[in-house]
Amino acid sequence: MRRNLLRLATAGSVDDGKSTLIGRLLFDSKSLFSDQLDAIERASLARGNGGPDLSLVTDGLRAEREQGITIDVAYRYFTTPRRKFVIADTPGHVQYTRNMVTGASTADLALILVDARKGVSEQTRRHAFLSSLLGVGHLVLCVNKMDLVDWSERRFEEIREEFADFATKLDVGDLSFLPLSALHGDNVVEMSTHTPWYAGPPLLRHLEEVHIASDRNLIDARLPVQYVIRPHGENQRSYAGTIAGGIFKPGDEVVALPSGRTSHVTEIWGPGGSKIEEAFAGMAVSLTLDDEIDIGRGDMLARPGNQPHQDRDLDAMICWFSDTSVLRAGNDYSIRTATQNSKVKVTELDYRLDVNTLHRQTEADQLALNDIGRVTLHTRQPIMFDPYRDNRATGSFILVDDTTNQTVAAGMITARTPGIAEATSDRGHRATGRRPRANVVWHNSAVERTQRLSEGMTIWLTGLSGSGKSSIAVELERQLIEAGRPAYLLDGDNLRHGLNNNLGFTDEDRRENIRRVAEVASLFADAGTIAIVSLISPFREQRRDARKLHDDKRLQFHEVFVDTPLEECELRDPKGLYKRARSGELPEFTGISSPYERPEYAELTITPEQGTPTDIAQLIRRELGISS
Amino acid sequence: MRAGYELSHLDALEAESVHIIREVAATFERPVLLFSGGKDSAVMLELARRAFWPAPLPFPLLHIDTGRNFDEVLDFRDRTVERLDAQLLVGRVQDDIDAGRVTEKAGESRNRLQTATLLRSIRENRFDAVFGGARRDEEKARAKERVFSFRDEYGAWDPRAQRPEVWSLYNGQHSKGEHIRVFPLSNWTELDIWEYIERAEVALPPLYYAHRRQVLERDGMLLADNKFVPRKPEEPLFEATVRFRTLGDADCTGCVESTAATPAEVIAETAVTRLTERGATRADDRISESGMEDRKREGYF
Repeated sequence: MRRNLLRLATAGSVDDGKSTLIGRLLFDSKSLFSDQLDAIERASLARGNGGPDLSLVTDGLRAEREQGITIDVAYRYFTTPRRKFVIADTPGHVQYTRNMVTGASTADLALILVDARKGVSEQTRRHAFLSSLLGVGHLVLCVNKMDLVDWSERRFEEIREEFADFATKLDVGDLSFLPLSALHGDNVVEMSTHTPWYAGPPLLRHLEEVHIASDRNLIDARLPVQYVIRPHGENQRSYAGTIAGGIFKPGDEVVALPSGRTSHVTEIWGPGGSKIEEAFAGMAVSLTLDDEIDIGRGDMLARPGNQPHQDRDLDAMICWFSDTSVLRAGNDYSIRTATQNSKVKVTELDYRLDVNTLHRQTEADQLALNDIGRVTLHTRQPIMFDPYRDNRATGSFILVDDTTNQTVAAGMITARTPGIAEATSDRGHRATGRRPRANVVWHNSAVERTQRLSEGMTIWLTGLSGSGKSSIAVELERQLIEAGRPAYLLDGDNLRHGLNNNLGFTDEDRRENIRRVAEVASLFADAGTIAIVSLISPFREQRRDARKLHDDKRLQFHEVFVDTPLEECELRDPKGLYKRARSGELPEFTGISSPYERPEYAELTITPEQGTPTDIAQLIRRELGISS
Repeated sequence: MRAGYELSHLDALEAESVHIIREVAATFERPVLLFSGGKDSAVMLELARRAFWPAPLPFPLLHIDTGRNFDEVLDFRDRTVERLDAQLLVGRVQDDIDAGRVTEKAGESRNRLQTATLLRSIRENRFDAVFGGARRDEEKARAKERVFSFRDEYGAWDPRAQRPEVWSLYNGQHSKGEHIRVFPLSNWTELDIWEYIERAEVALPPLYYAHRRQVLERDGMLLADNKFVPRKPEEPLFEATVRFRTLGDADCTGCVESTAATPAEVIAETAVTRLTERGATRADDRISESGMEDRKREGYF
C-alpha cells in the first residue's frame, strides 16, 4: 500500500494531557495491542487509578513510571490507510528546550497542547517559538480539556485569538486550531457531538490530510557526498549520499565542491541498483560521473549555476544541550554538518535569546543548558551550506565537545542574512529580505501604466567584476536615448556613492544593496523608463528576488548574463581589484574568495567573442525587441 | 511541482536506513552487523547489501549463537552468508559457559547469557560500531533508544545520559574500548518490515510461514517440539498449522496458529492482530515490566 510518512512532534506543559492525547490517538486508531492494553490496565490498577490510564502508553522507563514523569524523547508509531506517523513525544519537563529541539528537528508538524482552563501559557509560546525556529512548517494548537470548560465556544475563540496574535511574530506557514478532549476522545479520531460550532476535521483526519510534500526544497540541487563506492575489479566509482535538496537527472552538469571541477551525471542508482531517472530530496542514491574527478566524503555536488555558500565564518542560532559545560566566546569544538567535519572556534556570542519574551540579551557572556543564542563561528576548513530556512539538511549542524565526545549543541546557520534570528521580531520576508511595514500602504497612482509616454522595463546586467557590464550598459543607454527611448543607467558602484552609501560589503549589506537597486529600477520601469542595471549580483537567489519584485508589479525584467571567463576578467582587472583580492586584501571577492552563481534562466548570455560594446548593445536591443 | 516528488513510507524508511548504514561505514573503523537469521536482521542485511551495491559488504557479520537455535535458522544463516559472499563470525554462548565466565541456571533461557558473549566478541574483535535490528515499536524501553546508541567500556546503556539526536546528524565519536550500537531499523514497525519483505522479496527462514508441526502448549503459548524443550507429562504433543512471528531460542520462542503462507498473507494477518509479536511469543519478555530495560542496561542489544 502506498502511504507517505508524516513526522510530528508533540509539545505542551506537564499535565496539559500530552501523553493522554498520544495514548488516545494510538487507542482510537486501533494501534494499541491487547497485551499492551493489559499491561496498562495492570499498571493503572497498581497505581489505584480507575480505568486504564492512556498516558501510561508513552512512559517506558522504570524511573518514568515510578516518578510519573517523562525523562526523554520517545518515538511512537501508528499507521492509517493514508499515512504512517512517527511521533516524537517530547517531555514538557525541565529539560524542555533540548528535548523540544530534538523532536522538532525532523518534524513536519508540531502539536501544541493547551489546557482550555489555563489558556496560552509561557510554555505554549516557548514551544511555538521553538517550532518556528526549527522550521516546522505546520502547527496545530490543540485546545484540550474542553469538557472542563463546558465546551465553550467563547473560551476556544479567546484562546485562538490570543495565540494567533502571538503567532504573527513567528514564521509559521500553516496554523490550525482544534477544540478537543484527549481524555474522552472528542475530536481526536471521531468528531465530537459537544462542539457543533466547530466545523473543522478531527485531529486524526487533519494529520492525514495536511499537505507536506511542498515543504521540501526541490529547487537547489545538493548532494553531500557521504561515501564512495568502489566495486572490486571495476574502475567506475560512484558517489553515494542522500539528496539534501533539489533534483538530479542523468545528463545534468554538476560541480563538485570545494574543488569546483565540473562533470556530468551519467547514471543514478537507488539502493540495490535500481536505475533512477530523477533523484529528488530525501532519496538515498549513488551516482556516477563521466569524468574521473577526485571526490570524497565531505564534498558536495551541486549545479554550476546554483551553488551553496562556502565560508569559514558562519552566523548561527544554536541551542545549548550540555548540563556539564557552557558555551563562551573563544571555546573550540568539532562541528559536523551533513557530511563535513571540522574544528571550529566560537568567535562571538552575539546574544542570548529569552525564549519567553523573545528579547535578545546582548550582555550575556555564556550559554548554559537549554539556552538559545546567536553566535559567530570560525571553522578550520570552509563549510558548504545553505541558510537553514532554505534547507534544513544543508543548513544545520551539531557541535561536539572533543574532551567528552558529547553532542553539546544543535545549530542553524543564518548566513549573515536577515533570517531566523530576525524572525523573532522582524520576520525576514523571503522575496525582499525585509518585511513590508504593516502601517504603510501603497498609494495607487491616478495614471495607468499604458498612459505613460513609453513602456519601461529593467535590463539587469550580471557578471563578474571586469566582465564588461559597465561598458555595455553605457553604450546601451547611449543607443536607446539616441533612438528616442527614455533610459537610465543604474550603476552599482555609482549608487554606492549616494542611495547606498551606508552599506558595506558583508553578505547582508550586499543583499540590501541589490534589493534597493531592484526597487529603484522597478520605479523607473513603472515610470516608463528603461532601467539599465549594471551589478555583479553574484547570487541567483538575489537576482530571482529582483525578478520577482518586477513580476509582482507586472513589469518586464530581462536578465543579461555577461559571461566573460574569470581568467579574462582577471587579466583586464580595470580597477585593480583582482590583484588586491589575490593578495588577500579583499576578503569575499566574487570569483576569488566568494562564489558567483551563473544564471540558469537568463534571457540572454553575452560572451566576449560577440564583439565590441557597441555590437553587443545592438544585439541586446535586437534580442529584447527594443531596436527602435 | 508535480505531486510525484514524494516518497512512499517504505521508500522513506529504506532511504533513512541506507543513509545510516553508509554513515557508519564511512566514519567507523571496525563496524560489524549482528545477524541472527531472524526477519529484522534479514531486512537489515538486505538494506546493507543495497547500500553498497554493486560493491560487496564492507563489514563482517556476527552471530551470537546460544546453541539453542532452530536448525532451519542456522541453515538459512549459512546459505545467506554464502549467497552474499559475506564474512561470518560466530560468538558461542557455550564457550562462555564452558570457560565458567557465565553460569547457566537449570530451566532458564539463555537470553540473558547472550550479553556476555556479545560483549566478549565485540572486545576481542575491537568492533567500534555494532549494527542491531532492534525497532522502537518492539518494546517500551526501545522506544527511547537512539539510532546511534553509545555504550561505555562495559557495553552498558544509560538512558539518562543519551546523546541528543537532531536532524540526521549522528555523533559516533567515542574513546577506545567504548562502542556505538547502531539501529538502522529504529523507525520501522512490524508491519513495515513485512511490507518490505514482500516488496523487496527478502528471503526468510521457512518457519515464518505457515507449516504443520508438532507443538505443545505452555503458559498459553505454543512451543514447537524440539530437543531444547523438555516436555512435562501434562503437556501432550499435537499437530497444528503454525508460524513464527519472531525467532529466538527454540526453548522460549512460541509460534502462533496461522495459515499465512506468503508475505502478503502475513501482512493481512499482521494488520489485524491484537497482540504484539513479543507479547505473543516471547516468554522472556513476560518476566517483568522492565525486563528489556534491565537487560539493555547490562549491554544487551
